[in-house]
Amino acid sequence: MIALMRREFRLLWRRRAGLTQPLIFFALVCVLGPLGVNPGPNLLAAMAPALLWLAILLASLLTLDRIFRDDVESGVMELLLLSPLPLWMTVLAKALAHYLAIGGVFVLAAPVAAVLLGAPAGSMAVICISVALGALSLTMLGTVGAALTVGQHNAGALLAILLLPLYVPVLIFGAGAIQAAGQGLPTAGPLYLLAAMAVLHLTIAPPAAAAALRIAYD
Amino acid sequence: MANWVWFHRLASPPSFYRTAGKLQWWFGVPAALLMAYGLFGGLVLAPADYQQGEAFRIIYVHVPSAWLSLFVYTSMAVAGAVALIWRMKLAEIYVTAAAPLGASFTALALITGMLWGKPMWGTYWVWDARLTSELILLFLYLGVMALGGAWDDPRRGARAASVLAVVGVINVPIVHYSVEWWNSLHQGPTVTKFDQPSIAAEMLWPLLAMALGFTLYFAAVQCTRMRAALVDRERDARWLKQAWGKA
Repeated sequence: MIALMRREFRLLWRRRAGLTQPLIFFALVCVLGPLGVNPGPNLLAAMAPALLWLAILLASLLTLDRIFRDDVESGVMELLLLSPLPLWMTVLAKALAHYLAIGGVFVLAAPVAAVLLGAPAGSMAVICISVALGALSLTMLGTVGAALTVGQHNAGALLAILLLPLYVPVLIFGAGAIQAAGQGLPTAGPLYLLAAMAVLHLTIAPPAAAAALRIAYD
Repeated sequence: MANWVWFHRLASPPSFYRTAGKLQWWFGVPAALLMAYGLFGGLVLAPADYQQGEAFRIIYVHVPSAWLSLFVYTSMAVAGAVALIWRMKLAEIYVTAAAPLGASFTALALITGMLWGKPMWGTYWVWDARLTSELILLFLYLGVMALGGAWDDPRRGARAASVLAVVGVINVPIVHYSVEWWNSLHQGPTVTKFDQPSIAAEMLWPLLAMALGFTLYFAAVQCTRMRAALVDRERDARWLKQAWGKA
């Protein structure tokens, strides 16, 4: 499993476009938001948490494709299915590697975007923690979605339809935590809930994604 | 020891096809009678509400549809789990056959709710917890339908939809409560306070009749849809030709 994760990291590093393109997309959404509304500081600061999380949600959707597709196209997936490692552990390794890379990028990018959107300076730590916890849920649910749409030609739109409804709680509590931090309210509640959801999805997603992969390879 | 023979017998396509053919009438006729009584009792016999006037009568469609929207999703998830654990063909068919029905009930609940909301709240739509989670439920149904139809092989589509239904049902309570804490304006539940329902008996009975009628209607239509899906999938099977007298 460790070896598999190292392989994933190496692949991620060799295909840096897979990381930079979602990042650029994320930045663009954050820039387009203020352009669409009157960018007065009050309105913008009120919208900043929602915009930030929406941008993360959409950008993370774009990244999910790569979790399985390359391996499926090159036939590596068949070997992974046949390997003695239980399939859910394979899935978990791939998902965790994806999370550490993509989630890490978003954790670094979110505070910059938050400054751009005029979020209060005191909320930076909360922004980083909420993104780190929320991205774990997004990645785990996304892995299930990616496994369900393996081999589909128009997987993009389908993935969005499948996953965005399930992303709702992450959006609510992620943006809620940042909002509370901006107003000087305690943020522990939403952050704990984000953490609880992350644990839940970490538990249910690998078996579900493994079941989905087996269906595709039945 | 429970006797599971009937269960195994039901799980085989030929005997299900026969049983469901009879069941659709056993469900459908009582459904029609109950809904006829419920509509008459609700629209004619029940007195007008002291606050909401005649407009409250839309409850007789709104509440049963909302119940069914949740019931159908839960039943889909159970069938999906059965399909994945025991690889039962009929359970897969159940999931794909039920999804459009559930989506229709959800849409009906949303539309009647909007029509009810206009005179009562002064607006068709508010971003309230129950409305929002019902809307998200509609999108979950649409996701199951989209995934089920995305594969060339209907079996694969149905099994993928089963996985999604199971994952979805685990998330439905989370979505519901997250939205609830976010915002709520909807009136409290009317019927589930069983010790003292906040609704008069002559209003309540037609409502319960409608709810049961809707459920039986769902069961009847579901039997019909599952038979149709079975015919589509097993069109070359010998038992089907025998059943149609073309051996």
